[in-house]
Amino acid sequence: MPLVKNGHIATDIFFHAADGTELPGDGPVLVSAARFLGDPEGLLKRAGKVGVIWPNSRDVDDLVPYLDRLAMVALVFPTFRDGRAYSQARLLRERYGYDGELRATGQVLRDQFVFMLRAGFDAFDVRKQADAEAFGETARRYTVFYQPAGDGRLSALNRRIQERHSESAGQ
Amino acid sequence: MTSPLEQKKIRITGPSVVTANRTWDGAVIYRTAQQGWSIDLSDAAIVRNSDDARALLAESVADDVGAIGAYIAPVEITDGGKIEPGNLREQIRSEGTTIGIPVPA
Amino acid sequence: MYAYDELDRTLVNERVSEFRDQVKRRLSGELTEDEFKILRLQNGVYLQLHAYMFRVAIPYGALSSKQLRALARVARRYDRGYGHFTTRQNIQFNWIKLAELPDALEDLAEVGIHAMQTSGNNMRNVTSDQWAGVAPGEIEDPRIWSEILRQHTTLHPEFSFLPRKFKIAITASEHDRAAIKIHDIGLKLIKNADGETGFEVLVGGGLGRTPFIAKTIKPFVHGRDLLSYVEAILRVYNQYGRRDNIYKARIKILVHELGIEKFAKEVEEEWQLLRDSALTLDPAVVEDIRSRFSYPAYEKLPHMPDELKRAAHDPLFERWRRNSAFPHKVQGYSIVTISLKPVGAPPGDATADQMDALADLADRYSFGEIRVGHEQNLALPHVAKRDLPALWKALDRIGLATPNVNLVSDIIACPGLDYCSLANARSIPIAQELTRRFANHDTANLIGRLHINISGCINACGHHHVGHIGILGVEKNGEEFYQITIGGRADENAQMGTLIGPAVPYAEVADVIEDIVEAYLALRDSEGELFVDTVKRLGVEPFKERVYATR
Repeated sequence: MPLVKNGHIATDIFFHAADGTELPGDGPVLVSAARFLGDPEGLLKRAGKVGVIWPNSRDVDDLVPYLDRLAMVALVFPTFRDGRAYSQARLLRERYGYDGELRATGQVLRDQFVFMLRAGFDAFDVRKQADAEAFGETARRYTVFYQPAGDGRLSALNRRIQERHSESAGQ
Repeated sequence: MTSPLEQKKIRITGPSVVTANRTWDGAVIYRTAQQGWSIDLSDAAIVRNSDDARALLAESVADDVGAIGAYIAPVEITDGGKIEPGNLREQIRSEGTTIGIPVPA
Repeated sequence: MYAYDELDRTLVNERVSEFRDQVKRRLSGELTEDEFKILRLQNGVYLQLHAYMFRVAIPYGALSSKQLRALARVARRYDRGYGHFTTRQNIQFNWIKLAELPDALEDLAEVGIHAMQTSGNNMRNVTSDQWAGVAPGEIEDPRIWSEILRQHTTLHPEFSFLPRKFKIAITASEHDRAAIKIHDIGLKLIKNADGETGFEVLVGGGLGRTPFIAKTIKPFVHGRDLLSYVEAILRVYNQYGRRDNIYKARIKILVHELGIEKFAKEVEEEWQLLRDSALTLDPAVVEDIRSRFSYPAYEKLPHMPDELKRAAHDPLFERWRRNSAFPHKVQGYSIVTISLKPVGAPPGDATADQMDALADLADRYSFGEIRVGHEQNLALPHVAKRDLPALWKALDRIGLATPNVNLVSDIIACPGLDYCSLANARSIPIAQELTRRFANHDTANLIGRLHINISGCINACGHHHVGHIGILGVEKNGEEFYQITIGGRADENAQMGTLIGPAVPYAEVADVIEDIVEAYLALRDSEGELFVDTVKRLGVEPFKERVYATR
């Protein structure tokens, strides 16, 4: 499954550690929420970055105390039709100021890239190679957005006001 | 008529066909014995037991590009051997609405 | 009318080009139907019995003549020459080809029409009072806020994959023509003690399998907080709404299971964290949207022009005027409802020729504006009273002057088993037969206001629960049967109807309805007592007795 990070196909540096398996001595690891919450301090003390796979049925509040020490949070789309992780992503980015890698996992398809980018995701475990290759083109598909969101783009409502101001300033 | 879109267990009690809609235009189509589709019910492959129905449906569903929403529908075979829709829903799909539409087709 | 600017046009065009690419990938097999289905639904494309069905949004029911002509063109070029207006201010085309859909969308985009989110588990077309901006006594034009919400809910990055569909309706009048109490969110525009605009917010209404009347979640939300408050409701719903069972996934079930107090508390907590954000509506933003609505330059006209006095001698004209012309906020003008319920025809259908002709009449007599109401009728919102006689003649020539607005033959009906893949029974032929039974105008007038609503299955697209008489098609052993309810209503006093007894077969429905109406005529305490009021006063028993005594 190709990984797209910051707009480009990238190599996944995280070791995906199944529950119960031994962790490598160092290097980046990705663990389940249950494993992480079992011993958060121990894991965070370890040499190497830590990422957590956070299920979409669990409040992200439980993750908040550790956010500044986590290198990656992976949110899950069990199917692309289940949109809970969009709310989680926005909360992590916009409310709790998380600025590490925010990865979309699960059924991640091309036609949801724009929504995911706007919600704050910057990394994507993409299902299909063709979708990963089309990432750049798909991400540029829209230039107008009707809502303010975590990506900092102006909503059309506010953009109109700004454009009016700059017009009148230019006169 | 109970919507057949959620056919879980396949058990048929009489002659049946597999029907679907054609992907590019949505037209009502029937699976033929030649592993193709026809818009004419009289071309449909008839199955008479659950195993054959399952096999015909599986083969039809496999054509995801050509057809959507394939399911098994009952038919009646007249004494003259003509295939007729087995319920009102299928009659409407096969023959059109029971109401006059505002503009002649 | 709201005028699209470059930003609106760009977004709609970007959407069309995205969908063109998606259709191409679907037809080439790159996208499976499972992956594509949601994408097509989010662009208004269903699969029905005979073909694809294409549902186009008419936000808050407002159309320009140019837009109506574009809909006529789509009907002619890509469909079979007619369209069907729905209970949610949409229009549906029944015979569209997937391969041609991107072209149809492109044609519509040219006149500022789209089909985004007319299906799918997202925020649907925002609906409002079809008399918005012209109804006497209206507090403020709700279309400004409807448009703000339309924009905010379109391609929302967080709420495009909700547990289930989500519908918002707004009214700004005491009399609710937008049926806000049967919506996921109902907004009633009100003013606070300081004269500031805000909304009473209702939540959790809906029909279908488990009907609920919406409950007030907050008595006053200031206009500047409208988006943040709606966002808070949606965020709570997106996270906690049920996804394990499609029949329990609507917000009404969450509100019901948590209780309105607990749900309100969750929303309030979320809102407190959201309210001071980019979602707060600056007055300049609201004014900017308001400034892009154009209002007609009304003339100063007499209340009773000579043309009207002269025409009053024609009983046929008078009959139509009394039935179809309604008071306007400006003296000398009327709001004219155009019945799409001619005797013997499918409710809500209009041919391309009728749409074109009506667009011309709107240009001549209504400042180029047309409205679509949830009753599946159209309206011309600004007709000078002096023009009523000429308009009536012109409407009559195109079969759009049936004087049955709000009467027994003004039936709301879903497409039913003649078109719909979910239906259990037919709706349209029942409606057609009833319009024939009650074709006599004097009888219909004697009966007075009576709304019959028909749904072909429990999904309730025909709003049968809230019909004064509701008819619900069910299937019993492969035969069509119909359950009858009475006493429902969809307005500010919304309530669900009560079942009168066992379902009756297809062939008996019209007889049963006639019996109910006859019972009402015998039971009402005066000519002024409406059918629903008689049912309220007496309960269902006397009606039940009348219907089932001989069956």
